[in-house]
Amino acid sequence: MSNSPVLITPDNQQIVLQLDKINKVFNEGTPLANHVLHDVSLQVSRGELVALVGTSGSGKSTLLNIMGLLDLYSSGKLRIQGHLTQGLSEQQRTQLRSESIGFVFQFHHLINAFSTIDNVLMPLMLRYGKPNQEQTEYAQYLLNEVGLANYAHTATNRLSGGQQQRVAIARALVTRPALILADEPTGNLDTQTADEVFDLFERFNLEHQCAIVIVTHDPRLSARCPRTIRLTDGRIVYDGASANLPNAFTKAV
Amino acid sequence: MSFFNAITRLRNSLWIEWRIAIRFLAESPLQTLLISVAISVGAAVIVFITALIMGLQTNLINKTLGTQAHIRIEATQQHNNFSEFPDGKYVWIFENPRDQRLQTINNWQEVRDTLDQYSAFNTVSPLISGPAFATKGSARASVALMGIDPKRYTGIINLKEYLTEGQFSIEASDILIGYQLAKDLGLRTGDKLRIDAGDNHQSVMNVAGIFELGVRELDRRYVYTSLKQAQTLLNLPGGITILEIKILDVFSAEYWAQRIQKLTGLYVQSWMESNGQLLNALNSQSMTTQIIRVFVAMSVIFGIASVLAVSVVQRTREIGILRAMGSSQQQILRVFLLQGGLLGLTGSLLGVLMGYTLIQIFNAIDTKLFVIELETSMMLSAIFIATLAGVLAAMVPARRAAKYDPAVAIRYV
Repeated sequence: MSNSPVLITPDNQQIVLQLDKINKVFNEGTPLANHVLHDVSLQVSRGELVALVGTSGSGKSTLLNIMGLLDLYSSGKLRIQGHLTQGLSEQQRTQLRSESIGFVFQFHHLINAFSTIDNVLMPLMLRYGKPNQEQTEYAQYLLNEVGLANYAHTATNRLSGGQQQRVAIARALVTRPALILADEPTGNLDTQTADEVFDLFERFNLEHQCAIVIVTHDPRLSARCPRTIRLTDGRIVYDGASANLPNAFTKAV
Repeated sequence: MSFFNAITRLRNSLWIEWRIAIRFLAESPLQTLLISVAISVGAAVIVFITALIMGLQTNLINKTLGTQAHIRIEATQQHNNFSEFPDGKYVWIFENPRDQRLQTINNWQEVRDTLDQYSAFNTVSPLISGPAFATKGSARASVALMGIDPKRYTGIINLKEYLTEGQFSIEASDILIGYQLAKDLGLRTGDKLRIDAGDNHQSVMNVAGIFELGVRELDRRYVYTSLKQAQTLLNLPGGITILEIKILDVFSAEYWAQRIQKLTGLYVQSWMESNGQLLNALNSQSMTTQIIRVFVAMSVIFGIASVLAVSVVQRTREIGILRAMGSSQQQILRVFLLQGGLLGLTGSLLGVLMGYTLIQIFNAIDTKLFVIELETSMMLSAIFIATLAGVLAAMVPARRAAKYDPAVAIRYV
C-alpha cells in the first residue's frame, strides 16, 4: 500500500490552507438561523504558527472545525493544500482529513481503552491497519520528543493532564500532517504546563515545518505566535503580526 | 486490481476495528457480562426447548409407530361400476355400497419382491388378518387373527421384545396372544384355546407365549399365528390381505404411499394418514416451539440493541475523536456491528453450554420419561444464528454512531 497522499499536488504545497469568503449559518432557512461566520478569508502557508483569538461566541471554534473538515460551511471556498473541498463526499473528506490535518483538543481527548502508544498510532491504524515497525518506531520517537518515552504502554487515564495533552500532540503529528489545528490546547492546564506544551508546538513547527493554527484565550501564548488572527462576531478584525496587535484587543481577552 | 486493493484495505482496516470493538467491550466489563448472561439465558432456553420438544416428538413417534407399520397396502376396495351416462342427460342412481369381504392381494409375492428392491424401505412384511372368535370354556372374545411371516414381521414389531411369558413360536398350532386377552379368558402359557373364524373353520390352538404391546386394544385383540394357519382358518389359501412396510424416514411415508399406490394400483395408507390426530398434535407442538423461539430470540435481539444503543451514547465523544483521527463512517459502523456479533457469539457459546448442562441434568433426573439428545448441528446453528442476530441487532445503534456529526460528538461530555 502506498503511503503517498493522493489528493495533494506538489504545485501548491506552500499554501496549506486557503479560505475565501467562508460563511457559516446554523439552522439555515429556519427562524432560528444563526449567522456565525461572515466572509472569512485567510491564508496559512507552510511552517506558519498562527494564533486564532476572540471572545467566546466569536466563532473561532466553528472556524477551526470548518478548517478541519469536521463541519460544513454554508458558502465560500476552502482549499486544503490546494485541494478544493467543495462537493467532496464524506469519504473523501475523511481521507483528506486523515492525510493532511492533525487535531489537538482542549480536553486532550484520548481513547482510554488504549495504551499511550496505541493512542499515538491511532490515526495510522485507522488508515493502514496493523502498524509496521517504521510506524511504531516513529510513534515511539514522537513520545520521546514529548518527554513520555517511558509511558508508551501506560493506560492513558493514569497520565496527568499535561502528559495527556502531550500524547495528543504526538498523535496529531504521527501522520506528518501539513496542518495542525489546536483548539485551546492549554486551556485546561496550569501556566507552567501550558508553557511546556506550547514549547512543543513551537519546536515541531520549526522542525517539521507544519503549519499550526492555535485557538487560545491566553494572551501570553498568542503573543508567542508570530501571527495573530482576531475574530469578533464572526468577522476577522485583525490579521497580522502579533506584535502589532492593538492593545485594546489584548486587554479585552 | 482495485478489487484486490479493496480487499487488502478492508482486511487491514478490519484489524483496527476488531481491536476497538474488543477494547470497548472489555472497558465496560459489567455491562458486557450482564448482556452476555442475558443472551446466554435466551440461547439456553431456545436450545433446551428445541431439544426437549424434539426428544418428546421422537419419543411419541417411536411409541406410536413401534406397534404399527408405516405403510399398509391392501387389496383394492370393492366398488360399484356404472355404465357410461348418455350425454346431456341426468341420471338418478340408487347405490348400495359394496361389502368389503376379505380379499387377497393379487400377485402379492411379486409386489413384495418389487418393493424389496427399494432401499428406502427397511422391511416389507406380508400379513393375513381377519376376524375370529377365541373361546375357552364358556368365555368368548372377538379377536383379530394375524397370520405373519415371523422373520419379516420382526422388522414391523419385534414381538420377542414384547413377550412377557412363554416363547416366540407360531409354528404347528402355536399362537401368541396379548396379556389382556389372556386375562379375559384366563389363559396361561401352554393352555389350549379354540379359534373360530366362521364358516366352520375352527381349530384348537396352543398358547405358546403372551405379549404386552402396551396398547390395550392390541393386547386384547391380536392373536398371532403363522401365515399358513391363518390362511386355512380365513379360507384364503396362499393369499394375504395386507403388505406392511417400515420405512427409513418416517416422515416420507405419505410420499411413498402415494408412489406405491400409483405403482400397484392397490389401496395404500400411510401412518400419517391413519394418525391424523398425532400428526396434528406434533405440528401444533412444533409451531408452539417455533413461537417461543421467535419471542426469546426477539428479546435477545432487543437486549443487544438496547445495550449497544446505550454504549453508542456513552462513547459519543470517543466516536468523535475517532472520526477526527480519520476513521470513516463505515469503520465506526463496523466497530459496533462487530460488538453486536461478538456479544451474540460469546452469549450463545455460554448459552449452548448452559442448555447442554440443563439437558444432562434433565436426563440424569428422570431417565424413565425419555432421553433428550442434543445434536451438534443444532448447537452450531444456534451459535451461528445468535451471532448473525447480534450483528443485525447492532444495525440501528451502529448506523446512529456512524452518522454522528464529529464536530458535535467531540464536544459531548
